[in-house]
Amino acid sequence: MSWLDKIVPSMSRTQRTDRRKSVPDGLWRKCPNCEAVLYLPELERHQSVCPKCDHHLRLTARKRLNWFLDTEGREEIAADLQPSDRLKFRDSKKYKDRLAAAQKSTDENDALIAMRGKLDGLPVVAVAFEFSFMGGSMGAVVGEKFVRAATQAMEEGVPLVCFAASGGARMQEALFSLMQMAKTSAALEKLKQAGVPYISVLTDPVFGGVSASLAMLGDLNIAEPNALIGFAGPRVIEQTVREQLPEGFQRSEFLLEHGTVDMIVHRHDMRERLGGVMRKLTHQSRLGQESEADEAPTQSTLDEFSQADH
Amino acid sequence: MNPNYLDFEQPIAELEAKIDELRLVGNDSRISLSDEIGKLEDKNRKLTESIFRDLSAWQVSQLSRHPQRPYTLDYLDSLFEDFDELHGDRHFADDAAIVGGVARLDDKPVMVIGHQKGRDVKEKVRRNFGMPRPEGYRKACRLMEMAERFKMPVLTFIDTPGAYPGIDAEERGQSEAIAYNLAVMSRLKTPIISTVVGEGGSGGALAIGVCDELQMLQYSTYAVISPEGCASILWKSAEKASEAAQAMGITAERLKELGFVDTLIKEPLGGAHRNPQKMADSIKDALGASLERLEAMETDDLLSRRYDRLMSYGAPQ
Repeated sequence: MSWLDKIVPSMSRTQRTDRRKSVPDGLWRKCPNCEAVLYLPELERHQSVCPKCDHHLRLTARKRLNWFLDTEGREEIAADLQPSDRLKFRDSKKYKDRLAAAQKSTDENDALIAMRGKLDGLPVVAVAFEFSFMGGSMGAVVGEKFVRAATQAMEEGVPLVCFAASGGARMQEALFSLMQMAKTSAALEKLKQAGVPYISVLTDPVFGGVSASLAMLGDLNIAEPNALIGFAGPRVIEQTVREQLPEGFQRSEFLLEHGTVDMIVHRHDMRERLGGVMRKLTHQSRLGQESEADEAPTQSTLDEFSQADH
Repeated sequence: MNPNYLDFEQPIAELEAKIDELRLVGNDSRISLSDEIGKLEDKNRKLTESIFRDLSAWQVSQLSRHPQRPYTLDYLDSLFEDFDELHGDRHFADDAAIVGGVARLDDKPVMVIGHQKGRDVKEKVRRNFGMPRPEGYRKACRLMEMAERFKMPVLTFIDTPGAYPGIDAEERGQSEAIAYNLAVMSRLKTPIISTVVGEGGSGGALAIGVCDELQMLQYSTYAVISPEGCASILWKSAEKASEAAQAMGITAERLKELGFVDTLIKEPLGGAHRNPQKMADSIKDALGASLERLEAMETDDLLSRRYDRLMSYGAPQ
């Protein structure tokens, strides 16, 4: 705080709010990494990757799936599942009120979206976490929806892809949420025994109960660049071991080095890399070698993606 | 203030100190104090009963971490015979925060795996306060798969604050180690019975806790996060741990009501540490009954029942 702020705190506060308001709502966004001010439509065209520093910004679940899946033939799975407050949980706020607020601000029922669709013509089931819904935390609805998606993938024999972004289990659902770790892992084990591929994509951030269950069980674990991924959060670790954490600790690159993930894939390459891997695992021919896929659909679907959101 | 007693147990500690004093005096003198001692013992029992009649969730949580509470190795001593401890995950190290091996329960070969806390400072550190690292979970997994091969039931004892949040644990894949166990336990072709004997601390507990039947001791807890952790995140203050414990419903009794617990095992008056042998006998009875139920099932039925049970957690009502 400068001396001027101390003398005229009220004035300076008004000024700051004014400054913030002078940026028109919904047109500009600051990159959290390089702080460059970015024009939103431009950012959308880059799938929320900063054109200046290549930082991967967080993506809503729906945008993620809209961009990942072909526009044709999408079908949402278990969209109607509604969370319930089994424990009548209350901290400084009621859980019920927190749920209502999260539903209102995100326009989603809970923190996971699941869809049956296609990736460049290859049938897949894809799920994505909505991080802005209570930190993407996993409660009963997230677990149930994940299991239904995995079960559908198994029944149809099509690969399952998960984009995780979560702080962990949802405390307000207490043991119900802890048990979702076992529930989702059991469903994935069935999928594994059935020989259906499961690809887990770790996006910023993945921690706790989600990390220690469904997110680490992929046939392939893939991370987006520079995502923060771990079991315990960095602050908790720092408090426990009382030493400074090494540079780059719990970042994607750290995980690759320690053998936790198979590869780090740039968001712009995600469709192509995942498609290529899944086609090999399911013994499909290469993209472009089939009669129905004579044009390279990647760019066209990308354009559709940016249109779909406006 | 007696460090071996919790806050709310202090009146009991005082009374017991008085009884001990009288006993000493009684030994020295010719006057018989046995009447007096008998009266005080009676009073002590009533006092303990009244204190333990209505414990809050937070008090139960403190009891579950009582410094004198019996740990896994104590039960291995009192409840099983012929225990061979097996060490190491075959990849990196042996984690002393998880112990395991083959033993006999009334002659019947079983695989026992449990968290282990230390009693004195040195052992506490060696056992990392019962907080396992990935190698602990991987050792547990190795032993469980061995049990499957040799057709032995797996009996796990849960008592941990949680998986260790450390740099080395993260480097070696703490998350993956836990997740992998959850997956393996969901399809292990042998009965699994888990008994929460102390603290059931989150994923670190669940990683050896996927089971066909869950038993909890009366004053044990099981939660998604410690009351302190929950309080510091949701209430922004660890001081609110008592409220958090209440809100999360972490006690055996509450979790039985919610349908998570198959058998609630009563503890001796004043808690397991007041009469460890009696506690061990009760656990043994419960384990025997549970084993009888599970071993009567065909493996396929056992596995589909376990899967259905997992799927029922939090399923839409």
